[in-house]
Amino acid sequence: MANTTNLSTDKKTSWGGGKSPFSVSYGKLMMWIFLLSDAFTFSSLLIAYGFIRYSFPSPMENTIVKPLSHVAEHFTEAMNKAGLFVQDHWPAPELVFNHFPFIHGIHLPLFFVSLMTFILIFSSVTMVLAVEAGHRMQKKEVANYMLLTIIGGAAFLGCQAWEWTTFIGEGAKLYGNPFGPRSFAALFFIVTGFHGFHVFSGVVLNIIIYINVLNGTYEKRGHYEMVEKVGLYWHFVDLVWVFVFTFFYLI
Amino acid sequence: MSDHNMNNHHEDHGHHKETFISKYIFSMDHKMISRQFLITGIIMGTLGMLMSMIFRLQLAYPDMKFSFLEGILGHWGKDGKLDPNFYLALITIHGTIMVFFVLTAGLSGTFSNLLIPLQVGARDMASPFMNMLSYWFFFLSSVVLVFSLFVDGGPASAGWTVYPPLSALPKAIPGSGTGMTLWLVSMILFIASSLLGGINYIATILNMRTLGMKMTRLPLTIWAFLVTAVLGLLSFPVLLGGSLLLVFDRSFGTSFYLSEIVAEFAGGIERTGGSPILFQHLFWFLGHPEVYIILLPALGITSEVIATNSRKPIFGYRAMIGSILAIGVLSFIVWGHHMFLTGMNPFLGSVFMLGTLIIAVPSAVKTFNYLATLWQGNLQLTPAMMFAIGLVSFFISGGLTGIYLGNAALDINLHDTYFVVAHFHLVMGSAAIFGMMSGIYHWFPKMFGRMMNETAGQIHFWLTLISAYCVFFPMHFMGLAGVPRRYYANTAYDQFNVFIDMNQFITIAALLGGLAQVIFLVNFFYSALKGRKATQNPWNSNTLEWTAPVEHLHGNWPGEIPHVYRWAYDYSKPGHNEDFIPQNVPDKGQVDPLEEATGLPEPVKNENSATH
Ligand code: HEM
Ligand SMILES: [Cu+2]
Repeated sequence: MANTTNLSTDKKTSWGGGKSPFSVSYGKLMMWIFLLSDAFTFSSLLIAYGFIRYSFPSPMENTIVKPLSHVAEHFTEAMNKAGLFVQDHWPAPELVFNHFPFIHGIHLPLFFVSLMTFILIFSSVTMVLAVEAGHRMQKKEVANYMLLTIIGGAAFLGCQAWEWTTFIGEGAKLYGNPFGPRSFAALFFIVTGFHGFHVFSGVVLNIIIYINVLNGTYEKRGHYEMVEKVGLYWHFVDLVWVFVFTFFYLI
Repeated sequence: MSDHNMNNHHEDHGHHKETFISKYIFSMDHKMISRQFLITGIIMGTLGMLMSMIFRLQLAYPDMKFSFLEGILGHWGKDGKLDPNFYLALITIHGTIMVFFVLTAGLSGTFSNLLIPLQVGARDMASPFMNMLSYWFFFLSSVVLVFSLFVDGGPASAGWTVYPPLSALPKAIPGSGTGMTLWLVSMILFIASSLLGGINYIATILNMRTLGMKMTRLPLTIWAFLVTAVLGLLSFPVLLGGSLLLVFDRSFGTSFYLSEIVAEFAGGIERTGGSPILFQHLFWFLGHPEVYIILLPALGITSEVIATNSRKPIFGYRAMIGSILAIGVLSFIVWGHHMFLTGMNPFLGSVFMLGTLIIAVPSAVKTFNYLATLWQGNLQLTPAMMFAIGLVSFFISGGLTGIYLGNAALDINLHDTYFVVAHFHLVMGSAAIFGMMSGIYHWFPKMFGRMMNETAGQIHFWLTLISAYCVFFPMHFMGLAGVPRRYYANTAYDQFNVFIDMNQFITIAALLGGLAQVIFLVNFFYSALKGRKATQNPWNSNTLEWTAPVEHLHGNWPGEIPHVYRWAYDYSKPGHNEDFIPQNVPDKGQVDPLEEATGLPEPVKNENSATH
């Protein structure tokens, strides 16, 4: 490392081209480029999802079960009996994901995943506040908002773990799915898993940055650009979730 | 502004010692990384070429026994006969090595690394550390691929396109087992390397240009590398997604790529619900841009070499940039031309066909610009120039057959025949290899500080050109007659037996062509160690890399980074003594871009350099 330290820390000066294009630093530019490329990875998975989903007939009409109506203790069995899931029809997500922790026997379509979505989007808001506080060089505020963001991310991961456990508990596997075509479960695990992996990396990055903030690294450096960079990543992960949520749960 | 272009690190250059490891192995200097890419690429290329000779022998002499085969291949060459499974393995690894390891990493990795910082006027890449990682991921990926040659069942054998079900069912053929798994591991490492490299290339080109280096003053090499990096960044992730699903299909029982039809053939597996066509879409969304990832750097190198050695400005500089961009955009919407026969909706087929044929327009723009640059030039026929002209020749002869293949109706006849093999070996294989050779001969003095032997270079060029045409041109006729590709032997079909003589001719040409590469290898390694010492600007070229001293400095220029006053192609400009004006030489009265940038116009101090 020693022989390049000067080079790599003097980035600002080795850029000599008058005005930096888009007025961004090379580091932020790299983050943008990476996110663009990562967006294509997610797109490929979502396109695979669409390709497979639309090779099946769409979900059966659901008029029998109303939100909040009480159903049997063993919800899945009731569903199967009601003939709502057919092997060669794509399952209706609102019938599959209708559980809520500690509440049993009530049909709560997509309530839990909406809560998860809310938590994640809220953590984006706290991230914006952290970045904004960084511009004002308010170390304390940055740290607090970063902490909130980390808590939000961790909470999301916890919720996802619960969602997965419930789904698996009902018999879903990578290669099997009691609610219809096996690919439904496989795609669900891979796409939400890949997204969850991104959230997890984001939380780890946020923790590193949080520790640096507490140590005053950025205060000494005179700017909180690192916070902005992880912020970009964090917003991207949230944005991807919006798509995952739309495609997997809503339509 | 006095701190602009700081280089005080040179003052404390002596304070740290470069160990052998930090200088040659885990180097973060782009010039060293470039040489690492090149030498790894050359080694992989030699391997890929040797493989092609083994399977060419088989195609020419399907009934003969070569006892040496058992010596080198062991049980794959029992009694001197190549095992049919190993034939498939060889063409798969040959294709993979040539496409990804030689012509993507070996070509783009070498020249993007060498030229981007030097030609845009930067001290190094934006992130030297990521750059180093990029090489080591590539190295690991090469090691895994070579290692896969030795595992039980042999390496991957599903073709370089690894279509399911051969790639998705570990028990389908011998190569579908461990070999295929290692292929995927290797490819995922490769994608990581290419992303790390690409992010760096783009950030460096956009953000670290020296003063005065406007986008419209960039040498065409840099434009080509920029678009190449963008293509890589947007298409490799899709292969990553596709490979991820393939890994799950192979190892975790999912069935993204397995359908009822496949299940029936595989006997008793009840894994349905997916589609092998899905993989083809994901693969070719990378696969087609990939051929431009291979070709564009070679075309960029050619632009530079042809302009320099014609002693003329490149014809149509802006049209060249426009055509690079057009090719880049179009390359993302034509992947379907590899899939005309998958039962695609004929209307969709004609959309893909239209896109494909439109690519001929920017390609023709480039070709005619090369020809116009050569026209009445003061041609300096160095080996680099010869190879560049060779590229133009292959680009034409191979490109024309692309128009045939792009026709959905004609493709019914030509798909998966030797016509395709002929087409892509000319336009992608030979053209890009010639571009790479051209680059090696041209920038060898910059890389190694020594000159390569000219005579050996000329002999190498002529032998390679002749043998490449002798090998690949006759394949068109075989393809038109319907000879399928990827077949171990065609002796079972009477109508193909007429080609046995032609196959022998091709194989002999291929062996001689291979021999010619020995001349190159000897020339390369001998010159790198013992060649004539190079001068700073041996080809009287305009671009910035030739303003840097011959011996490699960490940080490239000993003093300030040169400022740029003009485009890269001021050759034979009237009213000047020399027939070239480097980019860092101001015209009389031209304002230093530094002053321009700060808004304090001042005449340049050393005006006499204008009449250089
Ligand atoms: C050294 C000279 C070369 C010779 C003699 C040669 C020969 C061949 C032949 C005969 C095949 C077809 C085998 C078959 O279908 O049964 C083949 C396949 C292939 N070659 Fe080459 N080749 C050479 C160099 C290259 C280069 C430079 C490239 C770079 C693009 C390349 C890329 C490929 C690819 C992608 C395939 C298809 C593999 C597959 O079917 O999966 N080859 N080669
Ligand atoms: Cu294509």
